[in-house]
Amino acid sequence: MASRSRDATGNAAERELLSAGDVARTVARMAHQVIEKTAVGAETEPPVLLGIPTRGAPLAARLAERISEFSGVTVPHGSLDITLYRDDLRHRPTRPLEHTRMPSSGIDDKIVILVDDVLFSGRSIRAALDALRDQGRPKAVQLAVLVDRGHRELPIRADYVGKNVPTARSEDVSVLLSEIDGRDAVLLRPAAEEGQS
Amino acid sequence: MKHLLAAEGLDRDTATELLDTAAGLKQTLLGREVRKLPTLRGRTVITMFYESSTRTRVSFELAGKWMSADVINVSAGGSSVGKGESLRDTALTLTAAGADCVIIRHPASGAAHRLAHWLSDTPAAVVNAGDGMHEHPTQALLDAATLRERLGSLDGRRIGIVGDVLHSRVARSNVHLLTCLGAEVVIVSPPTLLPSGIDSWPVTVSHEIDAELPSLDAVMMLRVQAERMHGGFFPSAREYAISYGLSEARAALLPEHAVILHPGPMLRGMEIASRVADAPNALVTDQVANGVHVRMAVLYHLLASEGADGV
Repeated sequence: MASRSRDATGNAAERELLSAGDVARTVARMAHQVIEKTAVGAETEPPVLLGIPTRGAPLAARLAERISEFSGVTVPHGSLDITLYRDDLRHRPTRPLEHTRMPSSGIDDKIVILVDDVLFSGRSIRAALDALRDQGRPKAVQLAVLVDRGHRELPIRADYVGKNVPTARSEDVSVLLSEIDGRDAVLLRPAAEEGQS
Repeated sequence: MKHLLAAEGLDRDTATELLDTAAGLKQTLLGREVRKLPTLRGRTVITMFYESSTRTRVSFELAGKWMSADVINVSAGGSSVGKGESLRDTALTLTAAGADCVIIRHPASGAAHRLAHWLSDTPAAVVNAGDGMHEHPTQALLDAATLRERLGSLDGRRIGIVGDVLHSRVARSNVHLLTCLGAEVVIVSPPTLLPSGIDSWPVTVSHEIDAELPSLDAVMMLRVQAERMHGGFFPSAREYAISYGLSEARAALLPEHAVILHPGPMLRGMEIASRVADAPNALVTDQVANGVHVRMAVLYHLLASEGADGV
């Protein structure tokens, strides 16, 4: 599945870590893990999946769909914008806001699973935890990421990891999703143009 | 964008980004118990109001506080201004004390520009909260936000601005912003209350309100600014109300989807009939609510980032 190629702009070679098929299989496996760990079933309250925009939001929707498919239980999902809670606002150009959409059932006393594409420094997740605190009081918060690339700067770890990828700090991991990018893939580029979180 | 001094000169992308941010903030805060965001923690915002104001001042103060900035209000009475300190010295004092943003309302046109010039060596941002008869950009932004909520895109929309355009900074700012967002603006005013140079504005001018109402998507009624009028601009308040006031009969001429705006404070019975002001298509309270979100968006864009170029 690994291949080397040049991207459209002719930049240095990038390596495909996950193909479209791998992404689908990985999401399905994560769905099974969520069902097992949170005991999704008829008698228990289903977890709430909250994606962190941009790419965490469609990932949360896909994960919720798979969980429903495998367990027969409808799992509410939404998105949680963390822009206003970031700790690097001062050092970056002004960022536009993303959407926050809470499921109508709310998050109080539920298990909330934060969903993001790449786990890197952990700072986005810290911001997400702060944002979540202003939305309600979940029973527990868990974290699901498609790719864990290491280099944590905070004591944060994921409960569900699609793929662990050892990377150099200067490398750039990009998750592409068909909802946003027109196709599914996870790419590793040698030099970072912009830091991923 | 370092300052927000005028709607004139705002480009469409920047204006749209501010309005999108305001809409996003509104959605973020909707239905929340705690309306507080940590975004501007540690930033200091000072409001300097040299003219009376209720909604603008409260709105800016709430906007700052909801984003966790420290907000200090300075008014002309009760400060060193009363002892004869100049605007420049007051502003330099406040920025020396650590203000990241100075919000100014002043009776002199151009005061905000002067202030921005004096403070150009400091990192402080200046926001114009109304300068004389010149501009009131955040009012235009909140009007545009309210119109977008109801009408969707403003492209090709026909918006009437009725009344005392001569003394109105609200009208000036709105003409620039609404046309920049693609709307067509119709000014309806008695000839005595039109500013000189109106010919160069990107607007159509009319003196017949009844002829214009049926084709408008929105009508904005302006307050008759008695405090700025020295001399007879119209024979009597009653005659003004009859010729240009939005009576119930006139409001009925508007298309069904059309909305009514007023920047406040309203003079009921003068430029707008009381029943019209309370009608479901009068969005005066929506305007006030959107004002807070728009000003939060402005503070966010001016203060959140201190590094690379934002909008």
